[in-house]
Amino acid sequence: MAIPENKLAFGDGWQYSPAPESIDHIKVRKKYDLFIGGDFVAPVKGRYFETINPATEERLSRVGLGTELDVDKAVAAARKAYSSWSRMKAAERGKYVYRIARILQERAREFAAIESLDGGKPIRESRDVDIPLAAAHFFYYAGWADKLDYAFPGRTARPLGVAGQIIPWNFPLLMAAWKIAPALACGNTVVLKPAETTPLTAMKLAEVVADAGLPPGVVNIVTGAGDTGAAIVNHPGVDKIAFTGSTAVGRIIQKALAGTNKRYTLELGGKAANIIFADAAIDQAVEGIVNGIFFNQGHVCCAGSRLLVQESVADQVIQKLKDRMDTLIVGDPLDKNTDIGAINSAAQLETIESYLAIGEEEGAELYQSACPVPDRGYWCRPTLFTGVSQSNRVVQEEIFGPVLAIQTFRTFSEALSKANNTRYGLSGGVWTDKGAKIFKITQNVRAGVVWANTFNKFDPTSPFGGYKESGVGREGGLHGLDAYLKLEA
Amino acid sequence: MAAKSKRVPVAKTYKIYIDGKFPRTESGRYFALEDKKGAVIANVCRGSRKDFRNAVVAARKAQPGWAKASAYLRGQILYRIAEMLEGRREQFVAELRAQGVANRAAEKEVDTSIDRLIYFAGWADKYQQIFSAVNPVSSSHFNFSVLEPTGVVSVLAPDDSGLIGLVSNIAPAIVGGNSCVVLASESMPLCAVSFAEVLHASDVPGGVVNILTGFRSELTEQFASHMDVNAVVYCDADKKTAAAIQVAAADNIKRVISRVRIRWPDASAQHPYLIRDTQEVKTTWHPIGV
Repeated sequence: MAIPENKLAFGDGWQYSPAPESIDHIKVRKKYDLFIGGDFVAPVKGRYFETINPATEERLSRVGLGTELDVDKAVAAARKAYSSWSRMKAAERGKYVYRIARILQERAREFAAIESLDGGKPIRESRDVDIPLAAAHFFYYAGWADKLDYAFPGRTARPLGVAGQIIPWNFPLLMAAWKIAPALACGNTVVLKPAETTPLTAMKLAEVVADAGLPPGVVNIVTGAGDTGAAIVNHPGVDKIAFTGSTAVGRIIQKALAGTNKRYTLELGGKAANIIFADAAIDQAVEGIVNGIFFNQGHVCCAGSRLLVQESVADQVIQKLKDRMDTLIVGDPLDKNTDIGAINSAAQLETIESYLAIGEEEGAELYQSACPVPDRGYWCRPTLFTGVSQSNRVVQEEIFGPVLAIQTFRTFSEALSKANNTRYGLSGGVWTDKGAKIFKITQNVRAGVVWANTFNKFDPTSPFGGYKESGVGREGGLHGLDAYLKLEA
Repeated sequence: MAAKSKRVPVAKTYKIYIDGKFPRTESGRYFALEDKKGAVIANVCRGSRKDFRNAVVAARKAQPGWAKASAYLRGQILYRIAEMLEGRREQFVAELRAQGVANRAAEKEVDTSIDRLIYFAGWADKYQQIFSAVNPVSSSHFNFSVLEPTGVVSVLAPDDSGLIGLVSNIAPAIVGGNSCVVLASESMPLCAVSFAEVLHASDVPGGVVNILTGFRSELTEQFASHMDVNAVVYCDADKKTAAAIQVAAADNIKRVISRVRIRWPDASAQHPYLIRDTQEVKTTWHPIGV
């Protein structure tokens, strides 16, 4: 079938003017210490590391490099705070968590700008998604604090103790909120380690925690890299580990926790199939594909990184997708017109580029939009691979970048078996106008979150988490409480 | 005139249960189960790793169909298991007694096991409503979370009971649509094999429950490490074994379910959270609007 050539072509005649978010109001200190026991304290060994702006490669600040000694102090502070925090009247505990939500809302724009500076994500996303959702998460779980008796019928819910929480760099503040909010509401105290490339909003959150008047030691934040995280995982004074990150590291953590009585929840990798049936609303589906894989530069564990499109509409969908990709603006994360910001780090860019090479070596056909990218910083144009097969590495492995692998299918059962032919099971998507088909797909895709005729939607009330090697446990909603409670008869 | 001779009883061959069939272990090995006086009660199959792998293949094949069976049907089939067990009550009491359980205790264990099956049968079409949610998201979407079976569950049944521990771990797994591969009590394996016969007569599809007998020391690691098993349940591992199970389970991020120090005959050992242990929460979003 010939594709009608009905694309609007403006050439270079219609450029967007720059629309940068103002950053004169934000406050980033030159140096951040660790937040332990309610105070900012220098790391014991006095070492710091740089955090840079991935869009400019310039240094934003220096943050403390926490070692085992600092983790030990943080756990001690959390343990000390636990006895009174866990026994505090639940409604009062909830009010502290509400305060965090309110202060985050008040300072939302500052947080959004810093999130984009430190992590490279477009301001439109940090402003409209990350920060509002983070505040909403605190607000949602705050209200659970004095209602836990209603959450688990026949059971008495009790807090676990000190929660060690290790979060990734793709949604820095939002992941901190996902971890801290339910932990505090349930009466636990926490030691949180932000990702090494994106520590700033977590340190700003430490300021919020202090401003909210939380008792010292209820929230402790220790910055650092993998060794710091390992110190938290291995610390005998920690009762629960919550980790979001790669399946490889999750596996190491699960093994490290063997033989201990520590509870754990793991939110790990994904390779979601986004399934487009011929009867879908194609233009909406194309928007869904774009949102599914290019949201947050594809640094999303639940990204729709595999497109499965029914053969009869494949040419049409791929052409429309390419046309749409050509309109995406890659560049300054602080510009309100930017669609795709900076890749989070040089190391991640290297990983993504290695997969681009792998895909081509495997015989796949690569397409990238031709948009300009800045000279400095870490960038990757939106990319898709066609002509891939199920066993290709770009189909099986998580790339964590703006790279989409496209496969076709003829029948419903072929779509389903391809979708489920993965060790992951975090998310999935389906696009069709037939309700019965939606339910048949959503019931049979082995994944914890399934979006039908939409993609990449999140909400504090909505449980999130994976099947199979995508993790253990859920975060969000009533089901997310379970991760921070022991249920007694 | 022929002399009056006493009838010779027919002894039973205790075999394993895989894919709805009763093969002997492929390894051809056995271990002798003896009574207190040292007399051989039975030669029990010493199941192998290969038996376990075969059982996992059968369990994987059977699981989707079992999960698709209606909750009503799964409930009726569990009820049917209880009916069949009731009908063979005397046999199970006798087997428990042969393995050293006192008469009253044996009768109580069989009765409790039957009642426990009824208990879980009743949950089949109810636990979903207890543990599901419609989530009030802020955007214009209909969003709901339901439970789905984790998949294939490997179960190291408690060693200290011949029947109630076995039943208490199989029932919650299968009522929720999982299939399972179970290693029977090593010291009291007889009831497990007879229970397989009960299952077989109860319309439980072949492969949904697979029961092996054999040595813990030989099979535990395989139960924990197999890459096509989604969850592993253990009931009485010591600390070192528990750690080994957890390490092996991490290879494919298995759900590890520890049920140690549970007094299986007690009423406190039956609750729907045992069902929830081997369930996944799936959340589905759809836009509202035209």
